[in-house]
Amino acid sequence: MTKSSNILKVAITALGRNKLRSLLTTLGIIIGVACVVATIGIGDGARIQAEDQLRSLGTNFLMIFPGSITSGGARAGFGASSKLSYDDLDAIRHEIQDVTYISATNRTTQQVIYGNQNWSTSIQGAETDWPLIRSWNVERGQFFTDQDVRSANKVCVLGATVAQNLFASEDPIGKIIRIKNLPFKVTGVLESKGGSTMGQDQDDTVIAPYETVRKKLIGTTSVGGILASAASNDLVATAQDEIAALLRQRHRIVKASDDDFIIRTQTEMLQQAEDQSRTMSYLLWSIAGVSLLVGGIGIMNIMLVSVTERTREIGVRMAIGAKGKDIRAQFLVEAVALSIAGGTLGIFSGLGIQKGVARFAGWPVAVQPQAIALAFLFSALVGIAFGFYPALKASQLDPIEALRYE
Amino acid sequence: MARARKAAEAPFDPAQPVIRIRDLYRIYRMGGSEVRALDGISLDVHRGEFVAVMGPSGSGKSTLMNIVGCLDRPTSGSYVLEGVEISNLDRDRRAEIRNDKIGFVFQNFNLLARTNALENVELPLLYSAKTNLTDADRRERARRCLARVGLAERWDHTSAQLSGGQQQRVAIARSLVNDPAILLADEPTGNLDSRTSEEVIAVFQALNDEGRTVVLITHDTDIAQFAQRIVAFRDGKIIADHPVEDRRRAAGGTFADAPPAAVEAVAAPQAAALPQAAALPQAAAQAPETTRTPGPIAVETAAAQAGPRGRS
Repeated sequence: MTKSSNILKVAITALGRNKLRSLLTTLGIIIGVACVVATIGIGDGARIQAEDQLRSLGTNFLMIFPGSITSGGARAGFGASSKLSYDDLDAIRHEIQDVTYISATNRTTQQVIYGNQNWSTSIQGAETDWPLIRSWNVERGQFFTDQDVRSANKVCVLGATVAQNLFASEDPIGKIIRIKNLPFKVTGVLESKGGSTMGQDQDDTVIAPYETVRKKLIGTTSVGGILASAASNDLVATAQDEIAALLRQRHRIVKASDDDFIIRTQTEMLQQAEDQSRTMSYLLWSIAGVSLLVGGIGIMNIMLVSVTERTREIGVRMAIGAKGKDIRAQFLVEAVALSIAGGTLGIFSGLGIQKGVARFAGWPVAVQPQAIALAFLFSALVGIAFGFYPALKASQLDPIEALRYE
Repeated sequence: MARARKAAEAPFDPAQPVIRIRDLYRIYRMGGSEVRALDGISLDVHRGEFVAVMGPSGSGKSTLMNIVGCLDRPTSGSYVLEGVEISNLDRDRRAEIRNDKIGFVFQNFNLLARTNALENVELPLLYSAKTNLTDADRRERARRCLARVGLAERWDHTSAQLSGGQQQRVAIARSLVNDPAILLADEPTGNLDSRTSEEVIAVFQALNDEGRTVVLITHDTDIAQFAQRIVAFRDGKIIADHPVEDRRRAAGGTFADAPPAAVEAVAAPQAAALPQAAALPQAAAQAPETTRTPGPIAVETAAAQAGPRGRS
C-alpha cells in the first residue's frame, strides 16, 4: 500500500534530518543489543566448551573423594579426611557390579628434570584402568602395567605438554627423567587433550603408577581419590547410590550423620555447568533488559522532544488533512525505525566484539541466530513500547493550538 | 464514512452557496465569564466569490476561519460546506473534509522545513482518501500545481532556498493540489512586503478568475480592496457586508509555463484565458453582484463579462 510506504518515507526523512541526534539516541539500544549479542555468544561458547571438556573427562565417569573432617570445631576442606582406604576401593571393585573400571588416584606437584630442562608439573598416580576411565589413550609407547603398579616401579607416562617442554623434538620413550631426584623411565606419551574447564592445560601432567606416587613421592597410606566408570550412562546414578551405601556401611556412619566422602558424577558436573551457565544467562538477560529499558527511555525522551519541536509541522499536517492515526503512525514508525536501526547496529557491533574476543583472547564464541533474532525483536518492541506515548501525544494535539505554536 | 460517500455521490448543486452559515455561535468559557468569539452570525459564500473577511484582532475573524476551515466546531449553529453539515462532525471526518475541500494558506507559509517544494505540494495527497493515486500521479499533480504558481523550475528548492513570496506561492500550490472547494487564506500577505504581497494576491485573483472560491482573512484594508466583497467583523458580529467598489487588480498571477487547466478544476477555460487587461474597474465593480443573485455562478458571470471586453 502506498500509504504505509509514505509513512515510512516520511519517518526516515525526518530521522535523516537529524543524523547525529538519531545516532546518539539509539546509542543506548546499540550498546544494549551489542552487549547481549556479544555476551550471549561468548557465554554460549564457554558453556559449549565446558560441556565438551566435561565429556572429555571420560565416559560414565564417577569420582570418589574423602570428605571434609571436623577437628575441634574447625572444618578442614574438601579431601582433607584420610578416611578413604585402598580396602574401600577393593570393596567397590568386588562388590559393585555396575562399576566396570576403577582406579585409585593421588596427586602431587613436583619439578621434573631431563638433561638441562626442567618443568614443574602435577604428578598423578594411577592404576591401569585409568586410560579406560578417562578415555585417554597413549599416543606413543605404552601405558605402565599392573606389575609396575604393584611393585611401585619408577616408570611414567608423559602428558603432551610435559613431553614437549622436556624433550622438544627428541623421542622421550625409554628416556630417564628425574622426579624429586628419583629416576623415572618414560614408557609412553599421552595424546593431547587440550585445556580443561577451568582453563588449565590437561596435558601438563605426568602419570605414574599409583603405588609409586604414594610411597616414593607423597609418603602416605591414604587414598587420594578413586576414579571409576559405570557400565553405562543409565547406571551412573545407581552405581553412585550403591557406592555411597557401601562406603557408609564400611565407615560405620549412623543414619543421621553426613557422609565422610564425596561422590561426583559426570552427569552431576554437566548439570552443574549447565546451572552455572543458566545463572550466567539470567544475569546477561537482566543486563540486556536494563540497557534496553534505558535505550527505550532515551527514545521516548527524544521522541517527546521531537513532538514538541515539530508541533507546528504536526499542526500543518493536520490542517491539510492528516488524521490522528496518521500522525500517530508517523511518530510510532519513527520510534520503531530508530530502535530497529539501533538494534541492527547493535547486532553488528556485538558480532564484531565476538570476533575480536575470539581472535585476541582466544575464547571460544558461538553465534546464535536465535539470540540475534531475539535482540532484533526486542529492539522493535522497545520502539513500540516507548514510542507509543509520544506518538499518542502528537496525535492528540489540537490543530489550532499546534499551528499557533512558536 | 457513510456521510462522506453520500455527499460524494450526490453532486453538489452549483446554485447553492459553497459556504452556508446560520446563527453560528462560538463561545469560550474562561473562568466563569464567557467570551462570544462569534455571536450569532449568518453568512453565505457562493462559488467563484472572492471574499475578504476583515476586522481588528479579537473581532472573531480567526475563530470564523477556524470553523470554516473545519479546525474547530461551533458552540451552536449550522455550517454547511458544499451541502455537507460540518458542525457535528468528529475529528477524523473533519480531517477528511479539510483534506478534500479546503485549501489552507497561512500567514507564515507553514511549509515543511528541509523539504523541497514538490514534496511540500504533494503532502495533502499523502493524506488523501484517493488511494488509487500512484507515486507518479501524485508527482505529476504536484508539478502542475507548482507550474500554476510559476515555480515549476524551482520544484527541488527547499523552503530555505525560496524567498517569502515564492514560499507563499508553494503554499498556494499545496492548497490547490486536492482541488478544494474553497481556498482559505489567513493573512497570506502578513509576512510579505507590499510588492511581494501584490504578487501573491495576483495569484489569488487569477485563481478566482478561473472560478475558484477564495476566502481571505485580513486586517489590511488595502489588501481587502483586491477582493470582490468585504465582510467586516467586530466583537463577534458581522457589522458590514458589501461589494468592493473600485476593486484593485494585482499584476501577474498567471504564468506562461502553466498548463491551460492547471488542476482539473471547475475552471472555465475562457476565464483562465482572460488577459491581464481584465483589471478593468467596471468589471471588478460588477463582479460582486453575483453575491446578491444566488442563481448564476461567478464563473458564468465572468465569462459573460469577458465577451463584450473581448470585442472592445
